[in-house]
Amino acid sequence: MARSVWKGPFVDGYLLKKADRVRESGRNEIIKMWSRRSTILPQFVGLTFGVHNGQKFIPVLVTENMIGHKFGEFSPTRTFHGHAADKKAKRK
Amino acid sequence: MARIAGVNIPTNKRVVIGLTYIYGIGRVMATDICRKVGIADSRRVNQLTDDEILRIRELIDREYKVEGDLRREVAMNIKRLMDLGCYRGLRHRRGLPVHGQRTHTNARTRKGPAKAIAGKKKVTK
Repeated sequence: MARSVWKGPFVDGYLLKKADRVRESGRNEIIKMWSRRSTILPQFVGLTFGVHNGQKFIPVLVTENMIGHKFGEFSPTRTFHGHAADKKAKRK
Repeated sequence: MARIAGVNIPTNKRVVIGLTYIYGIGRVMATDICRKVGIADSRRVNQLTDDEILRIRELIDREYKVEGDLRREVAMNIKRLMDLGCYRGLRHRRGLPVHGQRTHTNARTRKGPAKAIAGKKKVTK
């Protein structure tokens, strides 16, 4: 079920502060963050966030289309390169 | 024979059922349309007058998104997700289930028929 509108989008507060600070300073700086659950807001567009995937920070350049999605959606937490046996089958 | 919304030619079924042959119209919408046009539940498609068919056609044109348009919209939504590079898009790209279902077993609708794994021994009785 979708989130109630009256609650507004969920964002961890410290992100707003961090985003503002980067905006004011020299820009193009990766903002490291762990808050995968936060919604991407319009004021984040153009900034680059390093979204933690449990191991490292995945750089995510926020574009307009991403508004409304959550940060975590852009930083996959699993690595799967296929099974070893699959390689053999593909070569044939 | 009646052509409504492009290629669809529902047969001598009841109108409510016949309309569901159109992509994007299910039972709920079909009943809705029949009520708006004023067609009784028991009427069949081949009993419809030309005027009624025309009115159904206009109503669908005006108020519902069906067939090609709808298909295009769905395809665009999926394409948007794939271009974004978000998790759901990745799942679409790989042809895996999108809504968090298990893939250890099952998921055959998305993955297609099971592929034989090379070197796996067959169990024989």
